[in-house]
Amino acid sequence: MATPVNLTINGKAVTATPGSLLIEVVKELGSEIPSFCYYPKLSPQAACRMCVVEIEKMPNLQTSCSTFVSEGMVVHTETEKITNARKSALELLLTNHPLDCPVCDKGGECELQDMVFRYGASESRFNEEKTHVDEKQFSPLVFFDAPRCILCYRCIRVCDEAMDVNALGIAFRGALSEIIPNQDNKLDCEECGMCIDICPVGALTSGPYRYKTRPWEMKYTPTICNHCGDGCKTTLGVRNNEIIRANNRDQSGINNDFLCIKGRFGWDFINEKRRLTQPLLRKDGELGTTSWNTAIEYVARQLKQIAVRHGPHAIAVIGSNHTTNEENYSLQKFTRMVLGTNNIDHHRSADFSGLVTALTRARAASRYATLDDLTQASSILLIGNDPTDQHPLVAYRIREAARLRKTRLYLINSKEIKLQRQAALTLKVKPGQEGSLVQDLFNGNISIKENTVEKKAEIVRLSESLSKENGTIILFGDEIKGGDVESLVHWGLGLPGQTKFMALADAANSRGAADMGLLPNTLPGYQPLNSVAARRKYENLWKGKIPSQEGLDLQAITNAISDGKLKALLVFGANPVRSLGLNPATLAKLEMLVAADLFRTETVEAADVVFPTASHAEKEGTVTNTGGQIQRMTEALKKPGVKTDLEIIDSLARLISQKWEIGSPTKVLQEIVENIPGYSISLPNLLLGNALPTQPSGMVPSVAHPDLIFSSHDTLFTSGTLGQYSWALNAVNEAKRTT
Amino acid sequence: MSDYNNPLGPSQHQVQVLTKRFAIENSASLDVYLQNDGYKGLQKALTMTPDQVINEVKKSNLRGRGGAGFPAGLKWGFVPRKSTKPKYIVCNADESEPGTCKDRPLIEYDPHQLIEACIIAGWALGSHQGYIYVRGEYRYLITILERALNEAHLKGYLGDNILGTGFKFNLYTHTGAGAYECGEETAMLNSLEGLRGFPRIKPPFPANVGLYGAPTIVNNVETLSNIPHILLNGSDWFANLGTKKDGGTRLFCLSGEIAQPGIYELPMGFPLRKMIYEVGGGLENGKKLKAVIPGGSSCPVLTANEIDVPMDFDSLQKINSMLGSGGVIVISEDTCMVRLAQRIMQFYAHESCGWCIPCREGTAWIKKLLDRFHAGFGRQDDPDTIAEVAGNILGRSLCPLGDAAAMPTMSIVSKFRHEFEEHIKIGACPHDNSAN
Repeated sequence: MATPVNLTINGKAVTATPGSLLIEVVKELGSEIPSFCYYPKLSPQAACRMCVVEIEKMPNLQTSCSTFVSEGMVVHTETEKITNARKSALELLLTNHPLDCPVCDKGGECELQDMVFRYGASESRFNEEKTHVDEKQFSPLVFFDAPRCILCYRCIRVCDEAMDVNALGIAFRGALSEIIPNQDNKLDCEECGMCIDICPVGALTSGPYRYKTRPWEMKYTPTICNHCGDGCKTTLGVRNNEIIRANNRDQSGINNDFLCIKGRFGWDFINEKRRLTQPLLRKDGELGTTSWNTAIEYVARQLKQIAVRHGPHAIAVIGSNHTTNEENYSLQKFTRMVLGTNNIDHHRSADFSGLVTALTRARAASRYATLDDLTQASSILLIGNDPTDQHPLVAYRIREAARLRKTRLYLINSKEIKLQRQAALTLKVKPGQEGSLVQDLFNGNISIKENTVEKKAEIVRLSESLSKENGTIILFGDEIKGGDVESLVHWGLGLPGQTKFMALADAANSRGAADMGLLPNTLPGYQPLNSVAARRKYENLWKGKIPSQEGLDLQAITNAISDGKLKALLVFGANPVRSLGLNPATLAKLEMLVAADLFRTETVEAADVVFPTASHAEKEGTVTNTGGQIQRMTEALKKPGVKTDLEIIDSLARLISQKWEIGSPTKVLQEIVENIPGYSISLPNLLLGNALPTQPSGMVPSVAHPDLIFSSHDTLFTSGTLGQYSWALNAVNEAKRTT
Repeated sequence: MSDYNNPLGPSQHQVQVLTKRFAIENSASLDVYLQNDGYKGLQKALTMTPDQVINEVKKSNLRGRGGAGFPAGLKWGFVPRKSTKPKYIVCNADESEPGTCKDRPLIEYDPHQLIEACIIAGWALGSHQGYIYVRGEYRYLITILERALNEAHLKGYLGDNILGTGFKFNLYTHTGAGAYECGEETAMLNSLEGLRGFPRIKPPFPANVGLYGAPTIVNNVETLSNIPHILLNGSDWFANLGTKKDGGTRLFCLSGEIAQPGIYELPMGFPLRKMIYEVGGGLENGKKLKAVIPGGSSCPVLTANEIDVPMDFDSLQKINSMLGSGGVIVISEDTCMVRLAQRIMQFYAHESCGWCIPCREGTAWIKKLLDRFHAGFGRQDDPDTIAEVAGNILGRSLCPLGDAAAMPTMSIVSKFRHEFEEHIKIGACPHDNSAN
């Protein structure tokens, strides 16, 4: 630690870390210091002159956002001179401002309003004509109203520095300066909306939100975004039981203020008119509406009959990687204890089983990397995947680490990816060779065929560079699975410092689905089904017998349907027709296909019974992100006609087995926390909205069909089935180009 | 030498150092330059150590001719001796201050003088690369400079092995695109890097973190052009040309309502009254003097009663004005001072880069106000508003552009307030503005 700097602020002796900006030290003291252009983690602008302070022995007022603390500095933050300077800056800002607060989206949460209220003058001496510029639409999501703009350049800097997109700039000069997008009058960018979020005034506004509401008319609910596996915190603004917007302006959660296009705009599928709101039952070949009771009773009756006729193993369940931990836990418990089979699986997009097993075997269960760890690493090694598209928050954190902490990024990839711009070293491999490269690093000799001398030297250079780091985070996509994960963990743990690992999986609760045991050979918490001790543990808990026969995985389920051995399939929150390429004609061989979903998906179209389910914003529960952090989702609104997956599971289970105990989300969570290894988190802490790391340990057999682990490679503008129902994700030009 | 056009105004008061070759035909050519002491300063410098060269410049009392008058030797001394990064010499030829037109002839008539100076600066500071950033409107100078640079290369004054000493220095030209702001040194560095011409936050100063983040010296054309002479004739000789703290001569650009406008090379500290009435031949058509802008449009104006002042940096500062960039603008009784303030503010409002709020919004406000005021719609409180808004620009921007707009404006309001009152009283401009 460097020696602290001693200074005096408003007569108070203060110590600060050398290199701190004065504005940050003053804020930490709890003193107010107004600013527009200053923004944490962005380069200082020193343009708005609101944060000026008096520093003894220095001429003029100094901008505290661009002044570093120094020994013996004597600072005053509230003097008459400063008050006048702030008042003057505000008076100047208002000269060309339209003062259209009554119709401005930002009214009520506008920094300019707040500043004028607190520091401004009530009268203006400006008697001239205001400069007017017409409003512009930069994209379906981003609108720009130049007269409201105070030219703080936050949008330009966040787009350039934090997003590494650089889609905004300045045109013209002086008071006519204007923010402009990069393609004539349109944006060509990642459409993250960070520019809207960071705008202190109503200059950059959101397309879907414009003129819809006043901010104080909404009810705000903090929850977790339901798209990719990163688990960004988001605050939903709801009015009249309808979501109007999402942001994370309170900077809580693992993402601070970051959200990508999906988090900020892609929730709109919830409001979609095509949402299913009534159960459907196939009659005479046609799906027709029915009541909840009829649907549930029909399914329960059919399941009982099929079990009697063909045995419990003629039934299989496909779970979801979007539904909550509580729902997933209950679903596998229902499958095992009520249906009496281990035929349960889900679309796996990363080899979590492999990672947990390898870390457990190496007695290194503390080495799971969280999203927060990314900002602290000495270096990051990314193998496969393209986080810019697949994991926007991971990409954001990596860029931030490289920019602010000079964290070195090493890449192994078969594609050109945007993060190469931040990389200290990029190793390009042929598609499918990522695993062989890992084996080579593990074995310490380079055997990959068709490698040139240069390529071999590069691999040696990568290996040598990493051996000089102190604490590397290793991220890997679906390219690394099975034995390669084990080798990667062994090799990685040999690197200096605390190496940590993160498997990158597609969806909001991919990690949770695996952790909760939506797997045919694995009980919750990666406890192997073939272990008597593991079975006994859950049998005692669940008060019944767990079938010992290993269940069918997705591929075996598909085969069993074709062979006519499988008679009933229950699909919860998944669309295997689309994501697994399951043929609807094959599905027709089933006696009963049940689908629980939000929309009339391809799988729903083939189903005999359909349950309309609640979206993530319409229920309580928890999800675990790809970095193993468990977070709480909160009900933001109610949707008439739908039920949560948990309610459906409970209803079915009660009709089939009298022993089934109905569990509220809280009760199920309690059971999870008390029983799943690595999930013993602090519930009060979770309820406060924190992201808590989980560290599962368990050893399960290596995956039988590595092909079952694959990513859907969603882009920023696609999100599996859900993405099809988002207006925003499909409205932007960039989406039209990538699909 | 028949129809050869000497850019200098005729006056026996001139002390020609920088302009001594101007009268010679083909003065821009290497041959003429070499026949008249060309590259001798460089030859001498190469026999000295870099520190000795910097010391000579320090002792010469050479002060920056761009406007601020910062001691050139001191600035050079700020460049770190040891740096892992390359160092750069940047010549500021973005001459844009209204009333100033001295760098243009220095390049047009004696480009080798500037080139030689840049090479010497390179030697003194351990730099191997330099740029001459030429004002966009001076595009024709690029041809002249490029020709001279070629000549210098061919003769071994530039390149990888200068005059056989093994010293390497290359010099390039770069044009601006019409922004006054790019004459500010950090905005110029941004512009050179291909970025928008916004100023940078200082510190760090360019001497430490300049072009491409490397130590950089930015000097004005006239400042640099003095360097070969200091080396050749010694710092004492140079210092003695001027005043105690202000060495050398100055190229004064006399303009406005003066009988013999032109560029005159006069010693530092030359009396302003003498400059107007003897060098410049008094006001045109025998008009009566009302005011003088002593050093380009950003300097506070002087009234006719304030012209008994030596033209050097410190003397003008004492009477709350500035020597600036040497643009002496003479204003007669016939000129409306409100119109002058309006014209000056029009310039700064147009040129404000838009970065800092006070300058961006303040200049635009005052410009609009003065437009209205001069058109006869002035209000009683307007003069105070102008002064207060200008006062709120002063010292509140990253670069001096805001100050440059505020200072002349405030001086005009305070020194010629009666003219503002007159406008309000009669609801129109009392002057004949047909000439404007």
